[in-house]
Amino acid sequence: MSGPLPEVPGDAGSLRVLPTTRRSVSPIVIAAMLVLGIVLVCAAIGPRIAPHDPNEQDLFVGLSDPSAQHWLGTDDLGRDIFSRTVAGARSAVVGPLIIAVGAMLIGAVLGLLAGYNGGAVDSGVSRWVELVYALPALLVAIVVVGVFGGGYFLAVFLLVILFSPVDTRIARGAALDQRSRPYVEAARLLDLPRWQIMYRHIWPNVMPYSLANAFLTFAFALVSLAALSYLGLGVGPGAADWGRMLSESRTLLFDNPAAAIAPGVAIALTAVSVSVLGDWLSERFSERGRSR
Amino acid sequence: MTTVPLLYVARRLLALVLIIIVISFVVFSLLYLAPGSPEQILLGARPATPETIRAIRDEYHLNDSFLEQYKTWAEGAVRFDFGRSIRTNEPVTAAIKDRFGLTLQLGFFAFLITMLLGVPLGIFAAVRKQSALDRGVVGISVVGISVPAFATGILLLYIFAVALGWFPVFGQGSGAVGRIHHLTLPAVALALTGMGLILKLTRTAMISALETDYVTFARARGIPERRVLTAYALRNALIPIVTAGGLLLAYMLAGTVLVEVTFALPGMGSLLVDSVRTLDLPMVQALVILIAVIVVVVNLVADLIYVLIDPRISFTKVDL
Repeated sequence: MSGPLPEVPGDAGSLRVLPTTRRSVSPIVIAAMLVLGIVLVCAAIGPRIAPHDPNEQDLFVGLSDPSAQHWLGTDDLGRDIFSRTVAGARSAVVGPLIIAVGAMLIGAVLGLLAGYNGGAVDSGVSRWVELVYALPALLVAIVVVGVFGGGYFLAVFLLVILFSPVDTRIARGAALDQRSRPYVEAARLLDLPRWQIMYRHIWPNVMPYSLANAFLTFAFALVSLAALSYLGLGVGPGAADWGRMLSESRTLLFDNPAAAIAPGVAIALTAVSVSVLGDWLSERFSERGRSR
Repeated sequence: MTTVPLLYVARRLLALVLIIIVISFVVFSLLYLAPGSPEQILLGARPATPETIRAIRDEYHLNDSFLEQYKTWAEGAVRFDFGRSIRTNEPVTAAIKDRFGLTLQLGFFAFLITMLLGVPLGIFAAVRKQSALDRGVVGISVVGISVPAFATGILLLYIFAVALGWFPVFGQGSGAVGRIHHLTLPAVALALTGMGLILKLTRTAMISALETDYVTFARARGIPERRVLTAYALRNALIPIVTAGGLLLAYMLAGTVLVEVTFALPGMGSLLVDSVRTLDLPMVQALVILIAVIVVVVNLVADLIYVLIDPRISFTKVDL
């Protein structure tokens, strides 16, 4: 995976999220919002609403099938799968959120600088973007996090840098498009400082695109962090993290498949919901841009 | 027929060599950047006595200056000599050679599935836009792009290997038939990742190609629809698909690592993860260089094909 996908111009192939009647919202988008809402609630107060302590081991119970007591059964240490899945929402949301926002901010700063100023700044930023963009992000993260033995937050920091080129490209493109608009020329005539024109006047018009992309970055960050912890890098062993849970219960597929499938489905559902919302947002914004 | 100017190719090749040199420098530095002293890393689990430390310092020329060490290492690397694995003590190149075939087969199998299913499905979806098939295709592409290969891998394992028992749970199989049987589920898991990308790109490119004037005119002239689709629309839609080759490769490479670990396949991906986790630096260095070379070369080839199929592209713009 070499970071989030670049924006595909034209029909971005979203799940028919923009119906013919402009106001109604497709049921898929509503479902995606619902899933994301549940995940956010779990991330915020998960351990408190979970029926069991997600890290409590019960070696007398050991591995068990789904039952009334343990809705999704327990793993080989007797830990409740359902509670662990609920609690795992936290590491699935916090890291990706930092990555999405961080990459968006770096992208905004660099992209506006490049797009508005052009010239040497632009070519410098563009070279940097091309260089980082060509790196397979997940592989770089595997090697660096693995070799340096860094934890979750090294992985998060690394992915902020590795994912920022896409945001930079988007902000740069949008800034190039805004540069010659009348309001920018008016601001320039008023002799406003350059940073003020860039970050106070142009940024609000660029932000919708960056925001829509931040959703896609979030989805990629979620998947990449889960992949790292699945490989045993990033979060520590035993943590209630979806990727970790998947790798620890991979061997339990025959005994309690729910132990491996629950975190897998959680990753899949969350990632799909976030990217559906991202596609929907970017389509809405481009629609609005066109009608202007 | 356009030919690719030699000067352009030469410039790209030069840039390629430069990039590899830079990467090799960073990769070599890992020995000093990684936590722990170089002697400690290179000794691995062996006891650190003054004698062994001296032996290691001699063997790896640790008494030379940093640049001289890099030179010695790079000279070996050019001759495919990356030293011995710290973990298993076998020569790094031999270990990689053992594992390379399996990864190549897996990647090729997955690539075939991705292309043979992804491109036609993308075309159908574009032709029958808004149909049930189209929505299905868009759905698959969103799922394929967003869901990681290890999650699909686990689900496939459960459904087709554990519940239905059609495919083996792990192992690489023997003989051609056994190999294909064992690699089917991993290849499908890997292909789904790439398929999301290819479906989305093919569909988008075909939709915009079908909306062009030349397609309308071709239809007006009574050219059979089959020919309109293949000779007119697809030929133009191919350009973005080919350029995505590099991106697809990056997806697939990361996917291979995850799929090999999930299906316990002894390929390069699982070798990389094991080496990284045990800080087997000679192995990590060789694998990273190999992956970098593959990525850079494939991107170059994709760009060259791009120039060949689209004569409008000017060489000055296809910049590194």
